[in-house]
Amino acid sequence: MDIRVQSAAFDPGAELNAFTARQTGMGAIVTFSGIVRDVAGGLQAMEIEHYPGMTEAALTEIAETACTRWKLGDALVLHRHGAMKADEPIMMVATAAPHRADAFAAAEFLMDYLKSRAPFWKKEVTAAGGQWVDAREHDEDALERWTQRG
Amino acid sequence: MNVLYFAWLRERIGQPSEEIDTEATTVRELVDELSAREDRYAAAFSDPAAIRVAVDQKLSDFDAPLSGVQEVAFFPPMTGG
Repeated sequence: MDIRVQSAAFDPGAELNAFTARQTGMGAIVTFSGIVRDVAGGLQAMEIEHYPGMTEAALTEIAETACTRWKLGDALVLHRHGAMKADEPIMMVATAAPHRADAFAAAEFLMDYLKSRAPFWKKEVTAAGGQWVDAREHDEDALERWTQRG
Repeated sequence: MNVLYFAWLRERIGQPSEEIDTEATTVRELVDELSAREDRYAAAFSDPAAIRVAVDQKLSDFDAPLSGVQEVAFFPPMTGG
């Protein structure tokens, strides 16, 4: 398991290659990359604040849960903090499993949980100033399907 | 006890963290005590439904006991990913 919280930019392709190179016997690798979107137009920066210490602990716990719940060989969670520009990668997850169903499900689970359970906060900065991004009810609903399935 | 604030709570209260001596036995009592102390706290904590809390870096709730706790953090709902 590889959990990284960093301000530095990263290359999702290079991360995927490195993740793939360290697997043995994994038939499926799924990755997701989250990219900064200029939703309203005129985005100067996306600033991400986090809670050092708790962030790493929360991501580790979420990844460990995924590893117990599905048959995974490995998982990567990488999330940036600090200021970034539109179209830059914010974060990525990767899962490796013998079979694709586990790799897909675990990657979705990781995304759903880290969106509303890992202590990150986004602020959109435009010429008009900074605006904290509101949490979406949809993100909270996305967690329910995982608890309902038991 | 070390109390931390993140995102708009940090901005409204005007500082990222502070050391607080308190007799509060629960998170709710701590919030009430701070809110009574100064307007900036009362303004920041005016809508408890919009606030999440972590106790010793674990997501918790306003009923959580504070006995033996080292660190309490207040923040809005998380928006990672």
